[in-house]
Amino acid sequence: MANEEQATQGGASQPGAPAQTEEQTAKKERPRKVKGAEWIEGYHGVGVFLEQHNGRIAPVAWELCGVGRRLADKIQGKLYGIICGHNIDDLAQEAIYRGCDEVYVIDSPQLASYRNWAYTEAILPVIDKIKVTIFLLGATSTGRDLAGTVATRLSTGLTADCTQLDVDPETGLLDAIRPAFLEKQLAVILCKKHRPQMATVRPGVMEPAARDTSRQGRIIKETFALGDDDIPMKVLAVHDEGVGSVDLTQADVIVAGGRGLGEPRNFDLVRELADTMGAVIGASRPVVDAGWIGHEHQVGQTGITVRPKVYVAVGISGAIQHLVGMQNSDVIIAINRDPAAPIFAAADFGIVGDLFTILPLLTQALREKLGDRAGGSSSGNDQGQQPVTGGVALG
Amino acid sequence: MHAVVCIKQVPDTSELRINPETGTLVRSGVASIINPHDVHALECALQFKDDHGGSVTVISMGPPSFIQSLRKALSLGADRAILLSDRSMAAADTFATSRVLARAIERINEEIEPVDVVVCGKQTIDGDTAQVGPGVAARLHWPVLTSVIAIQKADFDQKEIIVERKMERQRQVVWSRLPALLTVEKELNTPRYASLPSLMAAAKAEITIWNREDLGLAREEVGLLGSPTIVAKSFVPPVQSRQGRIIDGRTNPEQAVRELVDLLMEEPKFVEAVMAKGKGEG
Repeated sequence: MANEEQATQGGASQPGAPAQTEEQTAKKERPRKVKGAEWIEGYHGVGVFLEQHNGRIAPVAWELCGVGRRLADKIQGKLYGIICGHNIDDLAQEAIYRGCDEVYVIDSPQLASYRNWAYTEAILPVIDKIKVTIFLLGATSTGRDLAGTVATRLSTGLTADCTQLDVDPETGLLDAIRPAFLEKQLAVILCKKHRPQMATVRPGVMEPAARDTSRQGRIIKETFALGDDDIPMKVLAVHDEGVGSVDLTQADVIVAGGRGLGEPRNFDLVRELADTMGAVIGASRPVVDAGWIGHEHQVGQTGITVRPKVYVAVGISGAIQHLVGMQNSDVIIAINRDPAAPIFAAADFGIVGDLFTILPLLTQALREKLGDRAGGSSSGNDQGQQPVTGGVALG
Repeated sequence: MHAVVCIKQVPDTSELRINPETGTLVRSGVASIINPHDVHALECALQFKDDHGGSVTVISMGPPSFIQSLRKALSLGADRAILLSDRSMAAADTFATSRVLARAIERINEEIEPVDVVVCGKQTIDGDTAQVGPGVAARLHWPVLTSVIAIQKADFDQKEIIVERKMERQRQVVWSRLPALLTVEKELNTPRYASLPSLMAAAKAEITIWNREDLGLAREEVGLLGSPTIVAKSFVPPVQSRQGRIIDGRTNPEQAVRELVDLLMEEPKFVEAVMAKGKGEG
C-alpha cells in the first residue's frame, strides 16, 4: 500500500544501476560481486510457486515458468518449481516440461485444499533449503494471500501484482515493475538487501512457457510435518464457480466497449459482434464505474490485463491504463469516431467512424464470412464443424 | 467480543487526475476518504458488536490528517480510535506498515483488552497490494482469512469462526480458530450511515495517538528505513505504437467495413482465432 507514498515523496534512491565500467568489459564470466554489491551470497536461482486447485494448474503457473526461466537464465541460475497439494505428481512432471530444472513437491492430504497456514508452513522450509534469490507467485487471490505471510515470515520484501520483471545479471537485483496511481503509472520496485526478492505477478501478462517434453529435470519430494491439530484452519467446503463466470485473461477473442457507446443498452451492439466472433465482452473503466456492465468485464483494472489473439475496442478512446491492459494482444482492431483517439496508435486495424453504423455492418460481414466457411466445408471434418457454432451463436 | 479494525485514509480516486504535462498525479484539492474496502471491514466489526456485544477499536497508521477518518469510524459506532503516527513511519512499504499495525494490536491486546478478531479491507485503492492483512496476521501468528464474502458463524466464547471466502473460480467455506485476521470484500455487507448525534459526538471524541516509541519500535524498524522494498522510480508507461491500417469510414462506412474485413481475412492470427474456431462463449 505505501509504495505509492514513497513514489509521491520521491524518497527513493536510484535504481540499482550496476557499475558498468571495467567490470563489464573485463569479465566474460558473471562477476559475483560488483561495486556497491547487491548480489547477496548464498542465494541463487529463481523459485516459482505453482498454484493448483484440485489437481488443475492455475494458468498463471506456466506464465511464471516462462518469466522465471528467462530471469534464471539471465543470472545463470536454476528454475525451481514449488508445488503443494495432494496427488499432484503429474503436475510436477509437467512443470519440468515447462522449464523447471527442479520441482519440489509437497504432497499431503493436509494440503488438498488451499489454506494459508498449511501452505505457508509447507513452503517456508523449502525456500530456506534452496535459498532462491527471487521467488515469484501469481497475483491471484491465493498467490497474494500466501505471498503476504511467506514474505513476512522470511522478513523480506514483496512487490504486488507485477506486470514486468527484469533482473540485472551482475547484481541479481530484480526490477519488479507494477502499476501505480490507479494504473496510470508504472513503478520500479527494488528489494536491495533482503532475499529472496519476492513478487506476485499479474495473471495473463507474461507469455506462458512453451511445453517441451524432451526437457529433463529433477522432482524432489518434501514431507509435510503438520497434522490436522497443528493447523488452526479447516476448509469445510469448496464450491466451484467456474461456469458462467467471465475470465478475460483466458479469452482468445475480446470485444470491448467504452464510453463511445453512449448508453448501457448499446452494449447490445458489442454483444452481437462478440457472439458472432465467439468473443468474451470487455469494457473500459469509465463504463464499469458508471455501472453499465459488471466489474469482471473491466480491462486495465488491477488484476486484469489481457492478451487475447484478437482484441476489438469499440468506442474506447484509449486511456493509458486501458492501453497498458490490452496492448499485448496479438491483433488489435479499433473503432472510434475520433481519428485522434490514442487507441488508433495502438491498433493494427481500425475504422474511424460512427460505431452505430459500423458495428452492425461489421457483425453482418463477419457473420457472412463465417457462414461461407461453414457451408464450404460441409464434408464433416472438425475444421468445418466448429465455425457453424460460431456463426449461429447469435441465433 | 473485541474487534480491531485497521483502516487507511486514501484520496478519493473518483477525483484523481493526472497532470497531462508532467504525467504526475494531481493530489491537491482531492478529498480524502476511508479506503472503501475498510468501510466494509468496519461494518463487519460493528455487526459483530451488534450481535455479540463488546467493543470495536479502530487503528490507522498515518499523518495527523488521518484523524478525520478515525472520527468518521467513531461516528459509525467504533468505541475507540488510535492513530499510529510518527514522522519516522513515513514512506513505509507493506512490510514496515504491517509491523507497526501488528505491534499496535499486540499492545491493545495486552494493555487495553484482549483481541478476538482483526478486520481489514481486502486491499487499498491507492496501493492495491492486499499484502498488509496477511503480513499483520503472520506477525501475530494468527490465522488469516482473506477475501471474506460471508460470515457463517462467529462464536467468541468458543473462539471459532466460519467464513466464506472468494477465490478466482471457487468459494471456500473455512473454519478458523480465533483470534484471527479477516480481510473482507465489499460484497460482505452494506455499510451503515452515521447519525447526526453520533457525528457530533465523534467530532469531540478523544483520539489516542501512539508514536514510534509508544510502540517500542526502533527507527530502523519503521518507515522507509524499515522497508525492504523501495520505489526506485515511477514513470508513465510507454504505449507500443503499431503501424496500423486505419480506414476512414466517415463518408462511406460500407466500403470501410468491406476493406477492414478483407484485411482481416489476410491476417493469419485473426483467421486462426476467429474464423477457424469461433466458439461461442459470450
